[in-house]
Amino acid sequence: MKNKTIKVDYLARVEGEGGLYVKVKNGVVTDAKFNIFEPPRFFEAFLQGRRFTEAPDITARICGICPVAYQMSSTHAMEQICGVKVDGQLRELRRLLYCGEWIESHVLHIYMLHLPDFLGYEDSIAMAKDHPDAVKKALKLKKIGNDIMIVLGGREIHPINVRVGGFYKVPAKKDLQALIDPLKWALDASVETVELVSTLSFPDLERDYEFVSLQHPDEYPLCEGNIVSSKGFDVEPIDYLKHVEEIHVEHSTSLQGKVIERDDYLTGPMARYHHNYNRLPKIARDTAKKAGLDKTCKNPFKSIIVRAVETVFACHEALRIIKNYEPPDEPYIEVTPKAGIGHGASEAPRGLLYHRYEIDDSGIIKKARIIPPTSQNQKAVEKDLKQFVEQNLDMPNDELTWKCEQTVRNYDPCISCSCHFLKLRIDRE
Amino acid sequence: MAKTQKPTLAVWKFASCDGCQLSLLDCEDELLAVAGAIQIANFPEASRAVMKGPYDISLVEGSITTPHDAERIHKIRRQSKLLITIGACATAGGIQALRNFADVKEYIAAVYPSPQYIETLGKSTPIADHVFVDFELRGCPINKYQLLEIVNALLNNRKPNTPTYSVCMECKRRGNVCVMVAHGTPCLGPVTQAGCNALCPSFNRGCFGCFGPKEITNTSALGDWFKQTGMADDDIVRTFRGFNAFAEPFRRESEAHEK
Repeated sequence: MKNKTIKVDYLARVEGEGGLYVKVKNGVVTDAKFNIFEPPRFFEAFLQGRRFTEAPDITARICGICPVAYQMSSTHAMEQICGVKVDGQLRELRRLLYCGEWIESHVLHIYMLHLPDFLGYEDSIAMAKDHPDAVKKALKLKKIGNDIMIVLGGREIHPINVRVGGFYKVPAKKDLQALIDPLKWALDASVETVELVSTLSFPDLERDYEFVSLQHPDEYPLCEGNIVSSKGFDVEPIDYLKHVEEIHVEHSTSLQGKVIERDDYLTGPMARYHHNYNRLPKIARDTAKKAGLDKTCKNPFKSIIVRAVETVFACHEALRIIKNYEPPDEPYIEVTPKAGIGHGASEAPRGLLYHRYEIDDSGIIKKARIIPPTSQNQKAVEKDLKQFVEQNLDMPNDELTWKCEQTVRNYDPCISCSCHFLKLRIDRE
Repeated sequence: MAKTQKPTLAVWKFASCDGCQLSLLDCEDELLAVAGAIQIANFPEASRAVMKGPYDISLVEGSITTPHDAERIHKIRRQSKLLITIGACATAGGIQALRNFADVKEYIAAVYPSPQYIETLGKSTPIADHVFVDFELRGCPINKYQLLEIVNALLNNRKPNTPTYSVCMECKRRGNVCVMVAHGTPCLGPVTQAGCNALCPSFNRGCFGCFGPKEITNTSALGDWFKQTGMADDDIVRTFRGFNAFAEPFRRESEAHEK
């Protein structure tokens, strides 16, 4: 049998710096690595000594694509420590902001980062020459997500309006109502997106994943709920670290997540969808059904359909919140610091984002721990690569390399996030 | 008649969050027009196609934090006719420059199980500390309209029009009530360069300095003012030590309040 090496030094159409390496010996994959060489930034270290109120703005800078996720996980952790519960319209506004990020990030990934793989283009700009309407629709849809972020957050990247306890300023009713018509269009466009991506041809790959995501009793989860696994645990965020650990591997500046008693696990759209199918609005469930998607999807290439279904949910949810919106009396709840430890878990577009903080009486951060989605998915990515290559050893090298890239892009990896901020030398025996 | 060749654009990433280069993809209304006017020759976040250099314009995001990157930036400079830095990381070292005020070894030991593997520089430094930079675009993140302005200016052979005055100018033009005067909210607006259209004061909060120090600043006057309002030195240090902590005027002022 053949020996071969597949190597991509600098992965394109992902956020951050990573590569991949697969080694085949006698028809068996002996090595499959998703390399992460993003330079270290030491967020957890320099958060020590900062005020608890600064965490949302500082941690947002971990990722330009999902800053809201960082703002939400950190604010929830701080509020838990200080015994504050943000409810009512303020809670709804937080969900709305998150919907904006989901729409913007999912549409970016579906059309501009992922779809070109399926249609055989190097990028969405080349794709736009043959499919101008699809790309124009994508840009318009993505912009509506960003418009929610601008109205509610001040700007689309690193919004400035989120604070521990709520917002600095809440929008007027008419400001949000201006988004209703665009969102109605967006809802239709997202349904059409599901239809479009469901017609793609998908490589044959299924794995028995351990799905890990938030699960909420009565809503599709964004900021709240238990963390559940399809193979076992169902815990509040406070107990998450009893079930997962991060391990040090030599080829990555990101730590790799692992379920302590088992192995790799998957967070993100496929996991959320599996655990929360029944909490999707009817229009999203109907669209998924029409697209031929079961209640569980185990083919990572089909994550593009799940992402599109979640976009339908996000547009629908945003419309619901805006239609019921009444400006709250105060934009935020006053939060007085007290010493303690708190946990925040929220669903970034690409998966579960867990934060843990310890603060003192005066609100100074003593310890911070952040577990981003891509470091949790890293091991699953490598297993996908291994299985995919073993199933497709006869594929010409160029095509196999491209398909391997696509296998990584299935996860919408966010490498700037995942990089746990250290640089590891590659030591080989 | 032969078509005039379009200028080529390359986008490079160093230590950063990707947000500034994402701004280009966030130009939803203009992206296809931009792609029509320039040849996107190297932009890994958006495309797997890579054209060889040299490039007419290089946009550089991120700061230099590793020995490898300190070499890589020289290679990029050699391949670029114009090199433009985008964002606070590239122009001032970014939030990760907070390590510059600490012992990086302590940072590593505080966070990592196997410190012997770590290969990083003691400081996070801006691109201009390493190579000649033709133009700096400020912001954390940059303002996408300023990015379009730069591209437009370069295509038309003119100087980009990006103001170097303070956030206060934009704030007054928006008709905001001054958050510092009216509410006593600490605000870096008077010493921070414009570019965000006074975003934070418009949302009832103080500016926290995303666009870095304005051209000529009087940070010590602002530091004194903060002190007079009863702000503790620790908090003044933290206020100046944000995303542009290592930019000279902000660095100087934070150090002046350090005990």
